[in-house]
Amino acid sequence: MTEPLADAQISAEPPTPEHTDKPRSLGSDAWATLRKRPTFWVSAALIFIMIVMAAFPSLFTFFSPHPELSYSELAKARQPPSSEAWFGYDNQGRDVYTRTIHGARSSILVGLLTTLAVLLFGSLIGIISGFYGKWVDAVLSRVGEIFFAIPLLLGGILVLYTFPSDYRTPYLLVVGKVVLAIGILGWPRIARIMRSTVLQVKPNDYVQAARALGASPGRIVRSHILPNAFAPVVVVATIDLGAYIATEATLSFLGIGLQPPTVSWGIAISEASGIGFLRAAPHMLLFPSVFLSLTVLAFIMLGDAIQDAFDPKSR
Amino acid sequence: MGTFILRRILQMIPVILGATFLIYWMVFNLGDPTVGRCGERPCPDAYVAKMRAEYNLDDPLPVQYAKYMGKVVQGDLGTSFNGNDVAEELGNRWPTTVKLALIAIAVEAVIGIAAGVIAGIRRGKFIDSLVFVSTLVIISIPSFVLGSVAQMIFGLRLNWFPVTATAGTWQQLLLPGLVLGALSTAYVARLTRNSLVENLRADYVRTGKAKGLSRQRVVGVHALRNSMIPVITFIGADLGALMGGAIVTERIFNVQGIGGYIFHAINTKDGTAVVGTVTLLVLVFLVMNLLVDLLYGALDPRISHD
Repeated sequence: MTEPLADAQISAEPPTPEHTDKPRSLGSDAWATLRKRPTFWVSAALIFIMIVMAAFPSLFTFFSPHPELSYSELAKARQPPSSEAWFGYDNQGRDVYTRTIHGARSSILVGLLTTLAVLLFGSLIGIISGFYGKWVDAVLSRVGEIFFAIPLLLGGILVLYTFPSDYRTPYLLVVGKVVLAIGILGWPRIARIMRSTVLQVKPNDYVQAARALGASPGRIVRSHILPNAFAPVVVVATIDLGAYIATEATLSFLGIGLQPPTVSWGIAISEASGIGFLRAAPHMLLFPSVFLSLTVLAFIMLGDAIQDAFDPKSR
Repeated sequence: MGTFILRRILQMIPVILGATFLIYWMVFNLGDPTVGRCGERPCPDAYVAKMRAEYNLDDPLPVQYAKYMGKVVQGDLGTSFNGNDVAEELGNRWPTTVKLALIAIAVEAVIGIAAGVIAGIRRGKFIDSLVFVSTLVIISIPSFVLGSVAQMIFGLRLNWFPVTATAGTWQQLLLPGLVLGALSTAYVARLTRNSLVENLRADYVRTGKAKGLSRQRVVGVHALRNSMIPVITFIGADLGALMGGAIVTERIFNVQGIGGYIFHAINTKDGTAVVGTVTLLVLVFLVMNLLVDLLYGALDPRISHD
């Protein structure tokens, strides 16, 4: 009964040679396809670098992103890239390289936390409505439709406008508000996938047998439903993670997402995108934009690659 | 068909009511409704009292909501911080935003479908990979980066387009429209390509070829027509979504449309204008989705009509 779980674990590591003669599971098959694809390795490497950058920015730069620690020199404002400052200086004379490196943390944090929240909440709702069916399902599905109907950006603007942050708000609270604003509209996608997986899996003989043997709903969810839902959920969550990061940047760009003194790519791009700055210091815009786009691209590519690997039609 | 339309409309009503209620509840009850209504300072008590009366905030929640929706349906979106009527302001601005959205739709329909069809017909060839990579790049660049870069390169450096579009003429709106439509163009290209590839594998295409129809006729008439169904519905639904995307584009190019108004209202902390306008955009989005749903039923006979 625990076999599907075991398969999911196998998929996390390359199959050893003696396994290749055995019939392979969907998970290990997908892994075999995945590791031959260059886009998978490129995107995985990019994501790895960005996460390291977010966790340990001091590995990449000596400076702190905050101006009171004296790396901000107004005399150097808007100087173009040089050997001394690879990405040049911004309007306040702050090192763009330092701020770009430190900006990774907010974007990655918002992306990961939103995805985590959406996964937990969406799965819970989806499993409940699939399992109990009847009126519970009807109510939860209608509620999901309502949240699904509001566009991400517009809903985000409303939430963040109602619960504003300013420079006094603690860092984690600012991030938490953005996560809430995006996550509140993102969960129905996961809930739908979970619900349909439950409905697909429930009538199968092996699930009925497990129930007849007295397996609790928790056990059925863990050993039958989660392994079946694993692939589609991971694909959607990965692609959406990229979209969440882009939405966070857009909200910060509009001035209602993250707030200075928080360092983020969205804020940096917002500060750099006035026409005067575009003409005088295009490097201020270029570097945070490239990092942001690469991160979004990496998640979309990873999601695409996983989707292809799990799709039997693409072989 | 009649029951199909009726059923879809009936299904849409709870969603519209639910979405507007959610927004109302969050803004007026969960949050502090006076936040950002008086600019950068807290509201004076007299204003708070006036506002509570105006929005019936002392009534039970369902009554408050019903009265609010009654006003919205009658076109009363409230008065903004600086004394302008929000609905009137929007009335002056919507033609510009619709123009912008139409340019974006035209871009995604023409360029997106053309790229998708070419990629689909030459599946696996160089041009297919080229379309794939370029759509991926466009999707991964957020629209505000694309807008700023396009403004810098095509507006400032090359002087091909006006740098800003303050007057809102067709010629000025061309570059903002291209930027606004870029993301959807990439999606349309991918959708067209995948849908065409799938249809080219279908039995009726093989039948067509077997009975001696020319390749042009099989691909151009039979396969293409079926492949267009999801694409047309995507483009239709996108018209509503573009209204939201216009906030960013209009901010960058200083377009005096609805999106620019929302951005301005966010910056000047004009709560009535933000909430009223965004609620209206959500409504437009929902109604567009309903229309597209109906269109889908009309285009694709496989959708059940009972």
